Amino acid sequence: MLKIDNLHVKLEEEDKQILKGLSLEVPAGEVHAIMGPNGSGKSTLSYVLSGRDGYEVTEGGATLEGEDLLDMDPEERAAAGLFLAFQYPVEIPGVGNMTFLRTAVNAQRKARGEEELSSGEFLKLVRAKAKDLQIDAEMLKRPVNVGFSGGEKKRNEILQMAMLEPRMCIMDETDSGLDVDAMRLVSDGVNALRDAGRSFLVITHYQRLLNHIKPDVVHIMSNGRIVKSGGPELALQVEEEGYGDLLAEAG
Amino acid sequence: MSETAVQTKEVTPQVSGASKAADALEARLGALSLPAGGFTAGARAEALARLRDMGLPGPRDEYWRYTDPRAFNTARPAPLAIEENAPDSPLFADIDKLTLVFVDGEFDAEASDDLSLDGIVIDTLAQADAAGDHWARDLYGVLEASGQSPVKRPFAALNTVAARDGVLIHVTGKPSKPVHVIHRRADEAADVNWHHVVRVETGAELTLLETGMVGARSNGVLEADLAKGAKLHHITSKRAGHQTVGLSHIFARVEAEAQLKAFALSVNGTVMRHEGVIDIVGDDAVAHIAAAALGDGNVGRFHHDDTVFITHAAERCESRQVFKKVLKNGAEGVFQGKILVKPGAQKTDGYQISQALLLDEASQFLAKPELEIYADDVKCSHGSTTGAIDETALFYLRSRGVPYERAIVFLVLSFLADALEEIEDEVLREQINDRLEAWLTRRAKQ
Ligand SMILES: Nc1ncnc2c1ncn2[C@@H]1O[C@H](COP(=O)(O)OP(=O)(O)O)[C@@H](O)[C@H]1O
Ligand SMILES: [Mg+2]
Repeated sequence: MLKIDNLHVKLEEEDKQILKGLSLEVPAGEVHAIMGPNGSGKSTLSYVLSGRDGYEVTEGGATLEGEDLLDMDPEERAAAGLFLAFQYPVEIPGVGNMTFLRTAVNAQRKARGEEELSSGEFLKLVRAKAKDLQIDAEMLKRPVNVGFSGGEKKRNEILQMAMLEPRMCIMDETDSGLDVDAMRLVSDGVNALRDAGRSFLVITHYQRLLNHIKPDVVHIMSNGRIVKSGGPELALQVEEEGYGDLLAEAG
Repeated sequence: MSETAVQTKEVTPQVSGASKAADALEARLGALSLPAGGFTAGARAEALARLRDMGLPGPRDEYWRYTDPRAFNTARPAPLAIEENAPDSPLFADIDKLTLVFVDGEFDAEASDDLSLDGIVIDTLAQADAAGDHWARDLYGVLEASGQSPVKRPFAALNTVAARDGVLIHVTGKPSKPVHVIHRRADEAADVNWHHVVRVETGAELTLLETGMVGARSNGVLEADLAKGAKLHHITSKRAGHQTVGLSHIFARVEAEAQLKAFALSVNGTVMRHEGVIDIVGDDAVAHIAAAALGDGNVGRFHHDDTVFITHAAERCESRQVFKKVLKNGAEGVFQGKILVKPGAQKTDGYQISQALLLDEASQFLAKPELEIYADDVKCSHGSTTGAIDETALFYLRSRGVPYERAIVFLVLSFLADALEEIEDEVLREQINDRLEAWLTRRAKQ
């Protein structure tokens, strides 16, 4: 599904290398987790994959089902099936959540040559999915993320993910700022989306999210590279020992 | 080049300059056919004296530094090609309302609704002026005259002298629907002066809508007098052609517990200036004035100026100014806004924000916010910002599959949202929002 090969990325404006030869492959249907200390480049990786400006790829590449990701505009990547749940979802005053979401869903459908959803169809769908995430109608009517609590913002990200039905979901610290109940809602939402044709890259700082969303593979990232990969037990090891020993061992 | 021009000016004797200006004013007046006036005759004569005294503005006048008045000083406007007048402005087309149509500033009874409506008496200026005395005699040119100090507004006086028509609305109750003034244009060189007078009596309420195409040069005045506890909502969205130059003025007197809410949407226009002069004279009154202007320098010059003066002369009153401009391809925006709090106007709550969203580096915004406060227990704030599209928000939208151009439209609407919030009626607000969205979508590709 997602293949990242020897990816080197620097900031466009500064001479600062952030990703330093990162390689990773997430096969279809699998959940991979990336863990790593703050500043190791996790968010940068998610931004570069989804097409944010300000970064320069100096070496290596990334493909989504064989298609070169890095050549596409962000909206093309989205239509191709990539989704990023933001670490800090953005507030957009004056733009209704529903209007935004419907525009996004239909723009993607149009880009893929599919029929657009009528407002009736869309409403029915969004209501059902919002209900599962305990997002009430009032929240849907409000402007995008404005006045949402941290947990509500994250649930709204998952709602968008559920509506857009991407094939490759990247989640950047979706667990940060969530209480136990919100964590369960978000995890249930994600688990409901798991299927053979959909993959996840779950970036997290803590092991606890991975108790709910069981990963197939855990990668440890440090200083712009994957330094170790393993099974779910690697996350437990991080939880118990911290990154110190692991990173020392990886050199 | 510019040095030569300055030298030419310097050798021109001062006297000749002054008499030239007076000549220009007489030429300006001479090109208009000035109505003698019936009940307005006295007001027109006084306004003419006032105007001759003030003269036409020049670039050295304090409030004309950022906007070149020349297009308003010439005897005649540059004619423009009249494209098709939309038969009816689609804006507000499908709501229940009483419509008056003005063609080049003159009332068109055929195209208008019957003017009777419970709670309100509507006349038109030209007819009433021919008929004899009228309640509007106490207001016509009166609020304009009091708005001449401390800042001179020669074109408003010119309007009082020259206005041929307009609507006179006396509101005594709560009419069941809004009054909608639609402007149309016919003559390609129309130089239009319309003058509306609205008096809202104690506890009465009116929503006044104003839309349509204005002519080659237009100059509008609305004098609004709000009695105790009265409410007036004024929502305008006038479409200007790309070569149009236009002025509009609101002079309002707001008495105790009354509420004035004015919102104006403008798109296009070569040189446009809106002046708001609001006197809050009774306690616990509220006056909000907001505007959104959108300009694209690619389709001709765009220069848009909002000049607002709010005076607090009573206690516990609230005023809000929310002015937003979206500028691209070398468009220019100006905001000059003042809050004056007079001695004794305690517990005043005055707020002013002016913001420009520049869609490129060629566009510019000049803001001159002013506060002048002579009372000690007041809360007044003002702010002005100039910014570009928020890259993070843009990326967020695009990452969801929203195409770039559509995302820009969303972010522009987002930027304008708190000006539109000033339109209380949700249906009207939605319609303005849709109009904006359509304009933005149409222009997004250029
Ligand atoms: N736009 C930027 N400008 C300056 N420094 C940046 C920028 N983006 C990322 N960095 C730096 O790159 C490093 C990696 O950041 P980030 O990808 O946010 O890490 P993580 O998500 O793993 O905490 C940090 O040192 C961060 O300060
Ligand atoms: Mg991060």
